[in-house]
Amino acid sequence: MPQWIAACAADDVDPEDVVPVDHDGHAYAVYRSPDDTYFATDGHCTHERELLCDGLVMGTTIECPKHNGRFDYTSGAALGAPVLVDVRTYPTKVEDGTVYVEVP
Amino acid sequence: MTGVVVVGAGECGTRAAFALREEGYAGPVTLVGAEPGLPYERPPLSKSGELVPLCTPERLADAGITLVAGVPVTALDVRAHRVALADGRVLGYDRLLLATGARARPLPGAHVLRSRADAEALRARLRPGARVGVVGGGFIGLEVAAAAAGLGCAVTVVEAAPRLMARAVPARLAERMARRHADAGVDVRCGAGPVRVQPGTPSRIVPADGEAVEVDVVVAGIGSAPETALAQAAGIAVDDGVAVDTGLATSAPDVLAAGDCCAFPHPLYDDRRIRLESWRAAQEQGAHAARALLGAREPYAAVPWFWSDQHDLSLQVAGLTTAATEQVVRVRPDGAELWFGLEAGRLVAAAGLGVGTAVARDVRVAELLIARRVAPDPAVLADPSAPLKPLLRAPARASG
Repeated sequence: MPQWIAACAADDVDPEDVVPVDHDGHAYAVYRSPDDTYFATDGHCTHERELLCDGLVMGTTIECPKHNGRFDYTSGAALGAPVLVDVRTYPTKVEDGTVYVEVP
Repeated sequence: MTGVVVVGAGECGTRAAFALREEGYAGPVTLVGAEPGLPYERPPLSKSGELVPLCTPERLADAGITLVAGVPVTALDVRAHRVALADGRVLGYDRLLLATGARARPLPGAHVLRSRADAEALRARLRPGARVGVVGGGFIGLEVAAAAAGLGCAVTVVEAAPRLMARAVPARLAERMARRHADAGVDVRCGAGPVRVQPGTPSRIVPADGEAVEVDVVVAGIGSAPETALAQAAGIAVDDGVAVDTGLATSAPDVLAAGDCCAFPHPLYDDRRIRLESWRAAQEQGAHAARALLGAREPYAAVPWFWSDQHDLSLQVAGLTTAATEQVVRVRPDGAELWFGLEAGRLVAAAGLGVGTAVARDVRVAELLIARRVAPDPAVLADPSAPLKPLLRAPARASG
């Protein structure tokens, strides 16, 4: 059953940045876009399982910290070699200064 | 219609073949590799040892790329626009890409590590308790040392120079990595001078300066040399690598070169001709060459970038550390260290060392600063509480 989990405080993420969130042994990455919208993806790159939260956010792109594979974190779309597989995204909402992520 | 022939099916050649399709090229693409099997990633060979293919047969088929694997190219006729293969075939081309890579410098009596076959031969010898002697304290040698120590081998590293990774890594970070190796039980001996190997059971590593070391297995990681024989025999200009212009074109018409085999003038470093042995450069130059094969003319100007994993630490280097005349160090609260190299105020190189991917973001920002020719305030670079990303908003300097 999908459920909403409290992932982090909205202020924990700077604009155009990312933080790691762990829930039930699964790593997620929570992003705040330059226009203050929140997004969530799987925490690991689809290429060689590096942690995306150590990567650099530029605009709406997250870049893998090891091999520079890039994803659009708003859609999960892989943006070219070396990443070939999209990263999974999850719905988010913000309530009372807390970011919630809907996990399966 | 004879299409594009790519000589070399490593990271660079394979990326170029796929990039031709991504760029909309519809003609024949033939990818010729001297090694048997599917193209694969080389970086894991000296680390986890895992075999990671670059693509599946299905992806090659879907992209309409003809892979000729296990067949060296023996001759290139640039006037007739054709290559001869070791199996007797002759392929004509409209455009040719040389992505022949590099080969490990050999040391008689020692394993080397470049290919899957090299890695398999070495892995079979890395049994728990085996005494492993690594000649050369560069990236490959030290990654093998860390992997061997992790497999329970007793490892000795013998480096000719006074310190490890002297060619591309700042001394401070190299010293920290040396301590990490020592903590893991690796016996690191620098300043050994030239080394020879007496093969046998056991083998002996005999340095010019220092004691001989008795080991069961010897591995040499003493650099690589560009594969230029094919180009040279074809009359193409070679200058420590196949000489190319900023658009990766060689001296022969319709022949480009990219990746480890080529030496190119770098606009960020006074157009000095450099040759990189780098996974990322191989990829980027492969993609760049694909666009150039189709007529694009923009210069290749990406910032050189390397990484190395040793034990639990990862090192990343952006830019050319040798171009720096001043240095600034930042020590972060998490213990990760960053090194910045400046030349006349401008950031020209950066390096970071930390656990896992801890330094990746900072080194990536530094790489962007280098590309934009930014002259950051050294006090900001040194201050671990000052984020680096805002420096990207500084106006870029005019190029030139």
